[in-house]
Amino acid sequence: MKARRQRHTLLPQALLLPAVVLFLLFTVAPGGYAIYLSFMKQKAGGGLFGTDNPTTVFAGLENYQAAFGDAEFWHSIGRMLLVAVIGVPATIGLSTLFALCLDAKRTRLVGFSRLAIFLPYAVPGVVATLLWGFMYLPATSPIGGDVVNYFGSHTVFFAVANVAVWGVLGFNMVVIYTSLRGLPRELFQAAELDGASELQIALRVKLPMLAPTLTLVTVFSLIGALQLFNEPTTLKPVTNAISSTWVPLMRVYTDAFVDNDIYRGAAASFLLIVLTVAATVAANTVLRLIARGSER
Amino acid sequence: MTAATTGTGTARGTGVGTGGGRSGKGGSGAKRGRTNWVATIILLIGAVYCVLPVVWIVIASTKTNSELFSTAPFAPSFHGGFFSNLRALFAYDHGIFARWAVNSVIYAVGGATLSTIVCGCAGYALGKYRFHGSVWLFRLIVAAVLLPQIMLAIPQFLLLAKLGLTNNYAAVILPQLVSPFAIYLCKVYAEASVSDQVLEAARVDGASEWRMFASIGSRLMMPALVTVFLLQFIGIWNNFLLPFVMLNRDQLFPLTEGLYGLLIITGGQAAQYTIVIIGVLVSIVPLAAVFLLLQRYWRVDLVSGGVKA
Repeated sequence: MKARRQRHTLLPQALLLPAVVLFLLFTVAPGGYAIYLSFMKQKAGGGLFGTDNPTTVFAGLENYQAAFGDAEFWHSIGRMLLVAVIGVPATIGLSTLFALCLDAKRTRLVGFSRLAIFLPYAVPGVVATLLWGFMYLPATSPIGGDVVNYFGSHTVFFAVANVAVWGVLGFNMVVIYTSLRGLPRELFQAAELDGASELQIALRVKLPMLAPTLTLVTVFSLIGALQLFNEPTTLKPVTNAISSTWVPLMRVYTDAFVDNDIYRGAAASFLLIVLTVAATVAANTVLRLIARGSER
Repeated sequence: MTAATTGTGTARGTGVGTGGGRSGKGGSGAKRGRTNWVATIILLIGAVYCVLPVVWIVIASTKTNSELFSTAPFAPSFHGGFFSNLRALFAYDHGIFARWAVNSVIYAVGGATLSTIVCGCAGYALGKYRFHGSVWLFRLIVAAVLLPQIMLAIPQFLLLAKLGLTNNYAAVILPQLVSPFAIYLCKVYAEASVSDQVLEAARVDGASEWRMFASIGSRLMMPALVTVFLLQFIGIWNNFLLPFVMLNRDQLFPLTEGLYGLLIITGGQAAQYTIVIIGVLVSIVPLAAVFLLLQRYWRVDLVSGGVKA
């Protein structure tokens, strides 16, 4: 008798093979190599004038101590967090607001607005930053760059956050809107019969039911914020307000490629990955608890 | 009023553009009541915020360098500035801009196609088969969704540099092929849309497992595959850090890298702004066009639907 549920087949393993091999080669191996490098250091060559080839030796936790003790590394994390504190709530708040407006009754120009707000998602981050860079530069600014200093010591955080928000707003809006369209309409009609206004329905009925989706987009935005690199790097050539170590990824890049200390770069980079995963897990847990609380 | 149809990832859903929602036409029951002005105006403000920079860049690209600094920001110029800017852009450094554009297309189309195949195959295998280690493997992939791929760019470079494999097309494409999120999406979609009964019927008819995947599974998964393709296409097209570390020959640069290099070179000289401005415009237009053409075929709802499941 043949196997009841499935014939013996190696197809699934074969289908998975490319993904698994690539995952091992380009995620696991580089990760492992970075961890290895982070425990090593370069020792100047021996010989009378130190002219022999430098050798790589075990460094223990030296690189990590250096990264931890490096004030600039923490400053870069602080700047990243500041941009995230401005950008993430703005992204989620505005995309939720727009999604609720799209879903509200008797709203006009829905198709146009949805497409217009989604458009920036098709603009590459670097190009979006160049675009906004010209919007901010006093010489070319169509939005009053000669009146407002977009690259001031405080405003620069808003300027960077704005570029990031502009780019992802539409995508988040569509995800939230789609989730809204999936909610049972009868519920809204019932609330309407009970005399609830459009605004009350949006705030008291729709919003709580969006909790799982909002959790998702918040976590995604958070992960996005932690990877902040394109915007400050691209703005750097046009302003002094952004240093070459402005955010953590720029710091890692500078360590590894400008100062040529790949060992320290590897330690900082591994530290960053650990911090990111920890932050994401924490955010996910907290938001899930909030979501569960609001379902009751 | 049109019934809401986007229950789960499987339901026929709302596309990005005009696919879903209500049209208000065709007597679907929407009463032509008072316009909801508050919601409409909020949306219009959002639309202006999102479109204004693009409108401005279109206008700015029509200006010659001196006009750029002297005329009103939103007044277009008709003195031939647009075409002279365009000529200057494509003439720059023996036409390297066109080379960058071709590179971007190679990276994004090649990478997204291969990635869709790799992730689609893996998702189908995880969604439709149980075998030794499959649960464990799936958990690993879910965990990897949390791992920001971009942070691996520098370790990836260090490893590839050690092996002497940097500075070519493969160094940019290969690291981006596996997307844990895409595999997750395909797995959830395969589970929901490729029904076991259909597969069982095919089995009874004597179809091989491979044949079932190639002619039934892959076809039923098409909406998920299109979505994954476009998400990956945009992701790779927009990627900056990976090519930034992997490449140092400008002949290999994608558009993003090239434009950034152009800004660095011309950064100090306002006289060169027009070339960067027209470059920005030219790099937005094709992508926006592709994207508007394809918007009805891809489904962002899978992103939210996939996670709810």
